[in-house]
Amino acid sequence: MSKPVDSSGVGRREAMKHLLWGGAGIVWTLAGGVPRPLRLGGAAQAGEMRAFTFGQISDSHIGFKAGTHPSAQDTLVQAAAKMSALKPDFVIHTGDVSHLSRAEQFATAADIMQSLKREVYYVPGEHDTIGDGGKLFFERFGHGQAGGGWYSFDDHGVHFVGLINVVKLTQSGLGYFGPEQLQWLDRDLRHRSASTPIVVFTHMPMWSIYPRWGWATEDSTPALAALRRFGSVTILNGHIHQVIQKVEGNMTYHTADSTAFPQPAPGVGPGPGPLQVPAEKLRTLLGIRCLDVVADRVTFEDSTLAS
Amino acid sequence: MKHSFPRHRIATALVALPLAIFCTAALLRAGRIAAAAAQPLAPVVTISNYSFQPTTLTVAKGATVTWVNKDGDVHTIKSSGGSEAFGSAALDSGDRFTFTFLHAGTYHYICSVHPYMHGMIVVR
Repeated sequence: MSKPVDSSGVGRREAMKHLLWGGAGIVWTLAGGVPRPLRLGGAAQAGEMRAFTFGQISDSHIGFKAGTHPSAQDTLVQAAAKMSALKPDFVIHTGDVSHLSRAEQFATAADIMQSLKREVYYVPGEHDTIGDGGKLFFERFGHGQAGGGWYSFDDHGVHFVGLINVVKLTQSGLGYFGPEQLQWLDRDLRHRSASTPIVVFTHMPMWSIYPRWGWATEDSTPALAALRRFGSVTILNGHIHQVIQKVEGNMTYHTADSTAFPQPAPGVGPGPGPLQVPAEKLRTLLGIRCLDVVADRVTFEDSTLAS
Repeated sequence: MKHSFPRHRIATALVALPLAIFCTAALLRAGRIAAAAAQPLAPVVTISNYSFQPTTLTVAKGATVTWVNKDGDVHTIKSSGGSEAFGSAALDSGDRFTFTFLHAGTYHYICSVHPYMHGMIVVR
């Protein structure tokens, strides 16, 4: 058993057990900041209740290869097909699109993501900004009008904010927003009603999961302070290649599975490198996420590539 | 058997001894050169488990240092202090990067993807 890693005490292996138990996926309903797991086929799937649905794909790491591991390209193709079947209105990609920030890796990822035939909103991971600070990434995937690449948009009354915390990492390897982005976030949120549901997505976690492995963001406190007055705040990220959640009042934090390779539970083993798993187990540790939004209520469905 | 040294043997020894000393000295000198040449020609820093090994490497001026990424993750070499700037592209698992240090000094570097990884090259 892995040790509990968040306030709900749900570690990776515990979550995996729930996945097995749930059959096809794990569903979390968030209302009033309290997560309630639901079985698939329950109320969360009632079609007429769906206001809209969006998907999350993360850490596709196109270009990653290791031994007999299937290519990250193949697993992203599979993830995209699975996502298409869920018919989301749009998709967000929470970074590490590529493994080595190479143009051909971005091109391959873009081709596969185009098969979704939906708008995809990207933020970069630290693997997308190697050597050029993200120039190639932003040329292809950038949405930003603010200069630094961060942006926001509204959909179905929900305010979405894409933040960037990987362009300038701290000396200890933590994510970093920087004062310019934090000031922009303040301005972006200032005139919005506290009843506006907010979804923030970024690559590195905005809460301290395991700072020694860089699994945190140094200056997330002022960002969270700007978000705290809202009644429903959902914070999505990638980076750690596993599903972990945390609830803090009306703010909920969710990390996502990778579509390429798993990483160890926080602090387990010598480092955060790719987890070696038997081929038949691999797809049970890769996955995608679908989020149903009804008013300010967000329902999560994490499903693995094996289901 | 009589314990005596025939004259010609003593003569041989008189010639052989300085020759042996000369040869030994030559070999030693050659060995020293070989040792001196081997070190600056092939100094290697291994990247393993999110660290540079050795963390500090001392080389002679003009030496070419090779970094080898033996981790499963991607790393880079990026100078963070010293009179010469150097930096690699993304190094995938198994990739190498080399840099030749032409000037004496102390060179700090990091991995830009994991900036808590620190290394130092001392050039003498």
